[in-house]
Amino acid sequence: MIIESWQPPKVGDLPSPEEQWLTFDEGRKHRVLVLPALFDEANKMRRFTVEVMRRLDENGVDTALPDMPGCNESLAALDSQTLQSWRRTAQASALRFAATHCLTIRAGDLIGPCDLPGWKYAPTTGSKTLREMLRARVLAGREAAIHETRDELLEYGRREGLVLAGWPLGAQMICDLDTAEAVAPGPRTAIDQVQLGGSGLWLRAEPDESAEQSEALAELILADLYPDEDSAK
Amino acid sequence: MVIDSTPIAQQTPANDTADSATDVRMSNAAIDAQLKSIIADVLGVDAADAEEFTAETGLFGHLPELDSMAVAGLLTEIEDRLDIVIEDDDVDGEMLETFGGLLAFVEAKLTEG
Repeated sequence: MIIESWQPPKVGDLPSPEEQWLTFDEGRKHRVLVLPALFDEANKMRRFTVEVMRRLDENGVDTALPDMPGCNESLAALDSQTLQSWRRTAQASALRFAATHCLTIRAGDLIGPCDLPGWKYAPTTGSKTLREMLRARVLAGREAAIHETRDELLEYGRREGLVLAGWPLGAQMICDLDTAEAVAPGPRTAIDQVQLGGSGLWLRAEPDESAEQSEALAELILADLYPDEDSAK
Repeated sequence: MVIDSTPIAQQTPANDTADSATDVRMSNAAIDAQLKSIIADVLGVDAADAEEFTAETGLFGHLPELDSMAVAGLLTEIEDRLDIVIEDDDVDGEMLETFGGLLAFVEAKLTEG
């Protein structure tokens, strides 16, 4: 496993700081770009995601997990990001890694390159992701005797941007998430939680892991990549 | 743990027959089980641990891991699994403070729905 920096291409005159990605790269045939869950779910599912990559690596598959600008170790400002800027980064990562497939986790599918086949694990919509973060802000406000509603916050956020559950989101990102209603049809096969067994780790109050679930997701991917073999390579 | 994914609202009989009191009681037991299962998923505890929840078991404000984001996820999951809509104005401290408060709220929501 290697953690290193890479330089996404500049967009117009905008600066493009280095971003970090985590890779298992031995120049093998199958190369999977992994797009993580977004926001709070990214933290909760980071270990699960990397464990899936580790299992794929053990079975002959290269993977790359890029940071989106403003997330994880990125030095970029989160509040200047949009779903479109993340799509550009995802696309650039795919090109740079020479990805043959893409695995998206949860709302990560909203930024998945539309031309890469692969898998979308438990995909969710932008509006659902946003509504949950708005609800967290309403609940936190209640604790501080501040009365806000999701509808009011959403209306304000679409104009001015908003800090939601500790994540500073720009107005365009909030508009993007609010209208990213349909999970992009794309060429990726949906994998539901029921196929992994147990309950989704994004539900957990604290980051958690499940060796069984990581194994199950990797097995499903390997079965697709090596359909002629009885067991994983 | 196997969970019946049929929304509880669809399991509640629409007709008011002599058997409905029994059905409603069964339905309440199913709601109780669903809520415990959701909380077990959020807290990452075994179903057996969640089985021991009583009406007095403290939730928001009692369990440090249940912060606002976790409670937001909990409410969204309740909406999805029990097929109800929880409005912002429905949410108050009493409803979230104990398992009994949350259970009473969900039962009332399903009854009015």
